[in-house]
Amino acid sequence: MKLRIQNGRLIDPSQGLDKVTDLFVENHKIVAIGEAPEGFDDAQVVDASEQWVLPGLVDLAVSLREPGFTQKGSIATEGRAAVSGGITTLISPPDTRPIVDTPAVAALIQDKADEAGMANVFPLGALTQGLEGVQLSNMVALTDAGCIALSNGRNGMANTKVLSRALEYAATHDLLVVFHPDEKSLSEGGCAHEGLMSTMHGLSGIPDTAETVALMRDLLLVEKTGVRAHFARLSCAKSVEMVADAKAAGLDVTADVAVHNLLLSDDVLNQFDGRYHVLPPLRSENDRLTLIEGIKQGVITAICSDHQPHEKMAKIAPFAATEPGMANVEILLPLAMQLMDEGDFDFSTLLSCLTSGPAACFGLEAGSLAVGSFADFVLFDSTARWSWSYEGRKTKGHNSPYFGEEFIGRVMSTYISGQQVYQAV
Amino acid sequence: MMRSDPRALQLNEHGQLKHFLTLDGLDKTILTEILDRAESFLSMGEQSVKKVPLLRGKTVVNLFFENSTRTRTTFELAAKRLSADVINLNIETSATSKGESLLDTLKNLEAMQSDMFVVRHSDSGAPHFIAEHCTPNVAIINAGDGRHAHPTQAMLDMLTIRRHKGSFEGLKVAIVGDILHSRVARSQLQALTTLGVNDVRLVGPKTLVPSFFEEMGATICFDLEAGLKDVDVIVMLRLQKERMKGALLPSESEFYRLYGLTEESLAWAKPDAIVMHPGPINRGVEISSEVADGDHSVILNQVTNGIAVRMAVMSMAMSGQLQSDEAPAVKDEK
Repeated sequence: MKLRIQNGRLIDPSQGLDKVTDLFVENHKIVAIGEAPEGFDDAQVVDASEQWVLPGLVDLAVSLREPGFTQKGSIATEGRAAVSGGITTLISPPDTRPIVDTPAVAALIQDKADEAGMANVFPLGALTQGLEGVQLSNMVALTDAGCIALSNGRNGMANTKVLSRALEYAATHDLLVVFHPDEKSLSEGGCAHEGLMSTMHGLSGIPDTAETVALMRDLLLVEKTGVRAHFARLSCAKSVEMVADAKAAGLDVTADVAVHNLLLSDDVLNQFDGRYHVLPPLRSENDRLTLIEGIKQGVITAICSDHQPHEKMAKIAPFAATEPGMANVEILLPLAMQLMDEGDFDFSTLLSCLTSGPAACFGLEAGSLAVGSFADFVLFDSTARWSWSYEGRKTKGHNSPYFGEEFIGRVMSTYISGQQVYQAV
Repeated sequence: MMRSDPRALQLNEHGQLKHFLTLDGLDKTILTEILDRAESFLSMGEQSVKKVPLLRGKTVVNLFFENSTRTRTTFELAAKRLSADVINLNIETSATSKGESLLDTLKNLEAMQSDMFVVRHSDSGAPHFIAEHCTPNVAIINAGDGRHAHPTQAMLDMLTIRRHKGSFEGLKVAIVGDILHSRVARSQLQALTTLGVNDVRLVGPKTLVPSFFEEMGATICFDLEAGLKDVDVIVMLRLQKERMKGALLPSESEFYRLYGLTEESLAWAKPDAIVMHPGPINRGVEISSEVADGDHSVILNQVTNGIAVRMAVMSMAMSGQLQSDEAPAVKDEK
């Protein structure tokens, strides 16, 4: 099938492209930009006038909750939510039940994702069996079964020797390891950033050292073992400095941040509102501003939704008793665009953190409109005003502080491999 | 949908209390009104008939998710002296039970058509949660939530201070011990700063006195002598034995040596300083028996004042509920 996306504003940070032109798709791939190749006279035409044509977004953190937690979400529901937000490629964490520590679970997730026909799903495999931090997982078998990288998720790694061995083993096979730096002995029992707000409101604090102590250890081990490393969900100012220093010293590491850590600080906790209970926690205003600076400086090259859908009851409790996480995959792009209002961000920098940036972190062939790429793209109405409603949500999750919020800019349709998988109604 | 500001949550549209959740956001006028009203109830305790009919026909439920005989008893007495019917419920929370049980418990209690819940819970913010999810027209009184607040305790302490010192102007107050875990200290600090005390010192080691309290208007002292120098009021906090396990302190004896209130350390304060303690006291851990039972101690006055303050707060919140014009709101369950 041939497709001509006509007269849209093509914006693609991977090629430094920003112009009104046509995009041509054939056999699932982008075959030309601008002039029509031969034989496109009978192509199906999609009028993209007044719209932006963007690469499909790449989200490094979407919890699909399947297998194991289907009361919170499923591969089908969260996949549908993702494409409605313009996400065409996503990475899912290993903390399903059963955990992604066998090829069978990795295969199950990918089969279900294929069946759903929504976003391209790349699961993370467990770095250790059961995420217990004791015995190494069958890393090679897991990556052969489609795991894009290995991670111990949010479970931390209490035993530094096991971590060191795991990294050596991963490095042997040139596998990518994803770190969530978190020294559990410091963060345990905490539910909010340790600071004035948590102190005033008597909420158990998570000090920034819980992240930075682990991050420093992890960076030293990455340097020693030479493993390929990605640092996920940085939340502290100091972490940005440490990753910047490591990069300056020549270490080949990348980092991402959750969009809510860029938009919100712990000021919102004065309401004891469990919807703002996330891990890592919303930190101080200084942390937030430094994370934004980290993006501008290219220290952090990916912004993710850190989508964590929950059933309703998970958030109906006093703050500390609620389950952490927000379900914002559908609104990742308009949420991220709110950053443009306060920072001197240009759209292209922001978009690269949602497309080519995260793709590069994981070596994915995604997030680009370059000729020869898979035709994963989004038609975006940058002026549309719309409200995201609880009733109209696609995710199965009930947990977002953004229901009812008005956004400017809306994903109108999403294409994966040249096939339309979503259209706004 | 944004939720209401918790500071607004406890006031009705006329600015009167309808819940009593925290001192955060309450102004000097309201705090003074509580003290004045409590003062008027105090004399009543000495009469042979100790009851007033302010809560006649109302049902007060003492909802204690955390055990406390003393606080529950004074709330019970306060409610009975206001002529209310009182039900005591001690509900132990298991570690695994989450919001479901709390919400379910509430729904059951609402069905009993109670008028007031007095809530103690180990989670900070639990009374806010209950006030948000409960049927309108039920007054929620915070009897201590996690490390967050214990506003009636703080107000009874303010009453004790006012009765001994006359006013709050120019007072120097030291709060000593485990500030980190203390809901009492947090509420006292808020009450003191609102009532015009601008020299509040928090005394203890760094493990028990987080630096963030400075931003809340306190001065932090790691040295007991500096902390007690010329103060008018000393508040000693109870040191829980389990703090030693969390590596917050080496031992009880080292704590007593550095921060215990003895006759020697008491001498650093003003000669007419009063010594308070929210109880129950650990003799020989944070305070010596000589001081606890000595002339400066007003610990037992605090207990008497506690009943009067709780009567004041309960009657004010109930009248604030009755004078609220708000239609019972439709709950937003998102």
